[in-house]
Amino acid sequence: MAYDKFTILTSTAVPLPIENVDTDQIIPARFLKATKREGFGDNLFRDWRYNGDDTPKQDFVLNNPIYSGKILVGGHNFGSGSSREHAAWAIYDYGFRCVVSSFFADIFKGNSLNIGILPVQVTPEFLDKIFLAIEADPNAELEVNLPEQSITILSTGESESFNINGYKKHNMTNGFDDIDYLQAMKGEIKVFQEERIY
Amino acid sequence: MSNQANTLFDKVWDAHVVRQIADGPDVFFIDRHFIHEVTSPVAFLGLESRNIGVMYPERTFATADHNTPTINQHLPVQDPLSANQLKALEVNSLKHGISHWGLGHARNGIVHVVGPENGITLPGMTIVCGDSHTSTHGAFGAIAFGIGTSEVEMVLSSQCIMQPKPKKMRVNVNGVLGKGVTPKDVTLYIISKLTTAGATGYFVEYTGDVFRSMSMEGRMTVCNMSIEMGARGGMIAPDETTFAYINGREHAPKGEKWDEALTYWKTLKTDDDAVFDKEYTFLAADIEPMITYGTNPGMGQGISKSIPTSDQVEGGKSTYDKSLTYMGFHENESMLGKKIDYVFIGSCTNGRIEDFRAFASIVKGRKKADNVIAWVVPGSHIVEAQIKEEGILDILTEAGFELRQPGCSACLAMNDDKIPAGKYAVSTSNRNFEGRQGPGARTLLASPLVAAAAAVTGVVTDPRELL
Ligand code: SF4
Repeated sequence: MAYDKFTILTSTAVPLPIENVDTDQIIPARFLKATKREGFGDNLFRDWRYNGDDTPKQDFVLNNPIYSGKILVGGHNFGSGSSREHAAWAIYDYGFRCVVSSFFADIFKGNSLNIGILPVQVTPEFLDKIFLAIEADPNAELEVNLPEQSITILSTGESESFNINGYKKHNMTNGFDDIDYLQAMKGEIKVFQEERIY
Repeated sequence: MSNQANTLFDKVWDAHVVRQIADGPDVFFIDRHFIHEVTSPVAFLGLESRNIGVMYPERTFATADHNTPTINQHLPVQDPLSANQLKALEVNSLKHGISHWGLGHARNGIVHVVGPENGITLPGMTIVCGDSHTSTHGAFGAIAFGIGTSEVEMVLSSQCIMQPKPKKMRVNVNGVLGKGVTPKDVTLYIISKLTTAGATGYFVEYTGDVFRSMSMEGRMTVCNMSIEMGARGGMIAPDETTFAYINGREHAPKGEKWDEALTYWKTLKTDDDAVFDKEYTFLAADIEPMITYGTNPGMGQGISKSIPTSDQVEGGKSTYDKSLTYMGFHENESMLGKKIDYVFIGSCTNGRIEDFRAFASIVKGRKKADNVIAWVVPGSHIVEAQIKEEGILDILTEAGFELRQPGCSACLAMNDDKIPAGKYAVSTSNRNFEGRQGPGARTLLASPLVAAAAAVTGVVTDPRELL
């Protein structure tokens, strides 16, 4: 899909220091009935965010006005479970463009990259530093620099580099997607297909 | 490719790489693609907005399963949003010339049940679907894994996706399983040892006596759950059991084609000196009937054990406490004897004929406990028919159980089959995440035998006492 180019993102961040956040929490199955991509942000973290009667749960971070920003910082093993891309759509639709964690589940990571969310994997130590910085000052900003592959806590100046393959980096910084690439090589795929035994 | 010793996974993977992108993923060719109503509509919208078609419609198969009712399937679907999704699948399939097994079709059922039972799934294939439990098909020696909707769009439009090659892991389980210990227990045991993230970044091959002597149904249960330890997928080298299962099925190769296929399939095994990035070995004798006590599939243990304390498990205390609080459990409590409200047998993990045979072996001659509501949901119409033919339905009816119609049902609770908040369900499905089976629902994952034992006693019970 078409998405915004990603180069340098400077923003405050929303902390969610919970491990193994699975995609059923990010967007519960009963909200997957739409046949369009937009609008899932309203139900992002639905059951952590709202009570059964739809009133907001005051102790959940998205309901706390002191935290905001385009970066979501999650605990270890973020995005496990169901392959639903709706989870990434919900995060994007809510307004996040980057998720930071010390470890991501594979499918969630791939889905995010495909729709223009940058997953940034940092060391557990650096993740703790980010949580501490936000705890000390909810207005603390992070700078995520994709061309440089670095993430910096601006209030302390602490910085770490992160990995991303060259192909995906090129796509994200230019707003390209895989389908453009694949469409351009259909002739090669056709030849390959003819050789398949199945 | 290279002459060095290769794993089964390497052999199948390398045969499907159309192009290697430098410092990027492989362009990976997909032999078979399954779609269902929930994760495909937006992919078709994408095709439309780009004004491109489906490249090889004969390589894609549609079935409705995730969002379908399990009673009165002959009536119009009540929920307008669900009806709309089902309609979209039908219309999109028709428009693009894709085979569509909609609600009520004789071959309809859960995607990972119908693929194998109709011979669409074959050894050496690459298979994807917008559903993480696509790993099920690895039981046939295929590379099979779940994808997101953007990738569904890629497969539809180019029959390829972009994939970095995962690392390789081997999990050996040797020896003979004890009485009452099933393939579900084997996989829950492995996941409890590796944790939910233990195999992230890897593709797993399962080897050893236990898998060699396991039925295809059992192998599917094990490969199905691979994703629950973070693995992209799991696979088992094909053997005589595999070939016997496939032979004669609707889409399986026939005649000369069969002989050719067989020759190829027999080459699909890991070379003796091939090297894995990681390897684990377990003993069958250490595995008991398993049950989960927490909110991820790694939080499981032998049914007779008591709930661990936070310092006995990996991960942070606050996450562990949150999990037990959600479940309404405490450290050091025994699982045996805990009162149960619901039992669900079904899903792509344990919704095959063998699972209902196992369930029936315990309920036979007993009665469903009064405090238990049970949902018995076959994985497909073919399984449903087998249940009737084999007399299992009579056993169920006599014991006070009703058989529902096929679909994903309470596995993800998108339809009306939701466990109410706070209630306990012993479930043969694959995920015990918070709210997975309905907002506030509390799930205990287990085998069909453990589910049956809970259904007739009303509490968590060791099935070995009833066998
Ligand atoms: S039964 Fe559950 S896990 Fe399997 S395909 Fe359906 S929703 Fe997915």
